[in-house]
Amino acid sequence: MRPMPALLMALCALMLASLTVGAAHVDLRDIFSDPQAMLVLLESRVPRTVAVALTGAALSVAGVLIQALVRNRFVGPDTAGTAEGAALGLLAITILLPSSPLWLRMIAASLSAMATTWLFLTVIRRLPVREVMLIPIAGLVLSGVLGSVVTFIGWQTDLMQYVGVWLMSGEFSGVIAGRYELLWVAAVAAGLAWFAADRFAILGLGDQVATGLGLSTASVMRLGLAVVSVVTAMVVTTVGMIPFVGLVVPNLVARIMGDNLRASLPVVALSGAVLVMACDLIGRLVIYPYEVPAGMILGIFGALLFLWLLHRRPAHG
Amino acid sequence: MIQISNLGHKIGGAQILHDITTSFPKGKLTALIGPNGAGKSTLLRLVGRLDPLQQGEITVAGHDVSRTPTEELARVMAILGQQTAIASRLRLSELVAFGRWPHHQGRPGADDRAKVAQALDAFALTPLANRFLDEVSGGQAQRAHIAMAFAQDTDWLLLDEPLNNLDMSHARALMARLRDLIDTQGRSVGLVVHEINYAAAWADHVIAMKDGRIMAEGFADDVLTEAVLSDLYDAPIAVGRHQGRPLVLHHA
Amino acid sequence: MDRRTRLTLGLMALLLAGLSALWMFQGLGAGNRGFILHLRATKLAALITVAVAIAVATILFQTVAANRVLTPSIMGFDALYVLMQTFLVVLLGNAGFAGLPAAGKFALDVGVMTALAVVLFGTLLAKGARDIPRMILTGVILGVLFRSVSGFLGRILDPNEFSVVQSVSFASFNRVDADLLPVAGGLTVLAVLAAWRMAPQLDVLALGREPAVSLGVRHQRLVLVTLALVAVLVSVSTALVGPVAFFGLIVAGLAHGLLRSARHAGLIPVAALAAAILLVGGQWLFERMLGQAATLSVVVEFAGGLFFLYLLLKGRIR
Repeated sequence: MRPMPALLMALCALMLASLTVGAAHVDLRDIFSDPQAMLVLLESRVPRTVAVALTGAALSVAGVLIQALVRNRFVGPDTAGTAEGAALGLLAITILLPSSPLWLRMIAASLSAMATTWLFLTVIRRLPVREVMLIPIAGLVLSGVLGSVVTFIGWQTDLMQYVGVWLMSGEFSGVIAGRYELLWVAAVAAGLAWFAADRFAILGLGDQVATGLGLSTASVMRLGLAVVSVVTAMVVTTVGMIPFVGLVVPNLVARIMGDNLRASLPVVALSGAVLVMACDLIGRLVIYPYEVPAGMILGIFGALLFLWLLHRRPAHG
Repeated sequence: MIQISNLGHKIGGAQILHDITTSFPKGKLTALIGPNGAGKSTLLRLVGRLDPLQQGEITVAGHDVSRTPTEELARVMAILGQQTAIASRLRLSELVAFGRWPHHQGRPGADDRAKVAQALDAFALTPLANRFLDEVSGGQAQRAHIAMAFAQDTDWLLLDEPLNNLDMSHARALMARLRDLIDTQGRSVGLVVHEINYAAAWADHVIAMKDGRIMAEGFADDVLTEAVLSDLYDAPIAVGRHQGRPLVLHHA
Repeated sequence: MDRRTRLTLGLMALLLAGLSALWMFQGLGAGNRGFILHLRATKLAALITVAVAIAVATILFQTVAANRVLTPSIMGFDALYVLMQTFLVVLLGNAGFAGLPAAGKFALDVGVMTALAVVLFGTLLAKGARDIPRMILTGVILGVLFRSVSGFLGRILDPNEFSVVQSVSFASFNRVDADLLPVAGGLTVLAVLAAWRMAPQLDVLALGREPAVSLGVRHQRLVLVTLALVAVLVSVSTALVGPVAFFGLIVAGLAHGLLRSARHAGLIPVAALAAAILLVGGQWLFERMLGQAATLSVVVEFAGGLFFLYLLLKGRIR
């Protein structure tokens, strides 16, 4: 089975649907005769659709990277303290420098995300090696602890509104032209990973193999850490965290395609885009004309998928 | 006597035991032998009601295992499984004292305390009685678990690979202790052993299993023969004699 | 109970009595004494109820799971409670639900919650006995799932409102529903008494399934009864103050440290007293001394989370 064409078709169909669904009626056939429809399309629908696709793709790639970094399949950027780190950085700079420009905030978020992800990596390095399931548990708890700090600070400083958007359930309803372009940064960062795909694949095999093959694990780790942090920080600040994408998509793709990252990364990115797009559409339709955040839908589907991954029979033995 | 009839067992679709009918004679030491995955432990666990019965019937000294109340069975047989990791932080004496639970249900008397002291002594654990389980070696913890089963003071004692973690002298001491229980107190023991020469040296009755079926059973002398064992382990095996008992040699 | 246990219990009871007196009478002005005393007494009762419920629930759950790093909340118990509440609102309609008296509603909640928890976690524990980390991860993810579904249902119920049912992400020891207190307190006392009566059996249960079965304990029934007690206690604490994930972990750890004995007859009261001392003392400190009433729950959860990570790193998970 060749996944790419099928995924591309699915993504196109979903994107078309995404362009037409919404509170204001837009008929794609008369956009050229109807300036109102054109405006809605260009200012809201297209940006939203693009934002969803970029988020899904970038987060899935970030998921592949973090799983290679920690050599564990049950971890994602949302369960490694990364998202909470980004929120912490944003919160800090919002409080310390309320008038800071956007680029500074992004840098603060990225750096802080990097710091907490590094903390996670340090913590798990000290765990007993053979206990595969301990790593995700440690990640979840660390995320929880960091999240409670963020929530508390947000609460004390009356910034709860923002914190809620960043950490609880990401959604795309606020996306309009001019307010989502940072996601392109995330996409570019994720794209960078493709060039180093082989290195990450080798890294996933373990320190000894990597060193044996003459790979400098430290520099690959740094690159991976940077990409994961930047992607997550951009997503968190623009639309809020979308849970489970970075966790389940790499797993599903690896089941079909294996771990040759150079071949599978584009599939991972496309699948992530399809998944988030589908969830966003469901969220927009289920109580139309109101919306349920895509993050919430993913919280349900993602958790179910994760549980399935956790309890399916192993393919071999 | 333990009577097993038409016993079948599946785990996740795989048939572990196929229509087993056999018995463990009373007042004897019965050893279950066979290659890995033969179903020995499963059989013993089913007798000890650690796993629920799916098909067939087991009676222990006349008690139907699936119908007799579990607290009553606990006064007839003691079973020690392989899983001996314990989350509670217990002293060795406390662990062994749990062996008396079936007799007092939480209110130990003087008799119970005496039995515990006796069990600790029998397994050379008295000097370690106040140490915590996680502070002693694997072999010492294993002996404490066996002492707990021993303190349960039942007619039947079922042990799943009790020699794990034991060095040669403690393994020998355990087998001698079991032998003594059988010969002087008329008790009965069933155990799964991996090291076949322990069966050769101490067992009265041997049940040889392979792929969930019984290949041979009977007196140790009749089962531990070159023909049976070579077939059982798919490898050429020689059997010599030492002090009137079979001695199994794999460098044939 | 040995001497050490009795001594520990006595000292702790004294400490709690002292703290309670401090809580009741410290800084009591001349005016409006009756009112203030009533207010303080209500809050004290609530704090102690919650503390006891969380402590005993954690001890019991750790015994059932034969694992020392778990709490019911880590495994998604409180999320299940919130989900179940939301579900009842959907099922009975907001009006029908609001029409019920607070105590009756709570009793219904607890009943449904207990049934659900016994089925769900009974299955999970039975299946997960051999692979505890996987079981924990499953519980954690179930918690996430429950929270997401609650949020989703909340959205559907009232799309304009962002967080009708979506509970706050951390507990607050300040907003206690006084109407619930008598029922909640009563249930807690009953559950704790039941647990106390079962103490010797719980000692055997804590050995793990195989030894417990071998010793003739009716393992499955005992597990289900214990889980039911846990469900009742978690319902009480969640209804009163909201989700508290890690506090129980600290308290259970403290109790084990103080006693150096795994007997439930001692563990249960020591854990309950330790929890009450921490909550009453902590709330007094933060509310009266530091003027930061809301902070305690966060500090407690933060410390608890770190303690959990510490236990993981020490390899205390099995």
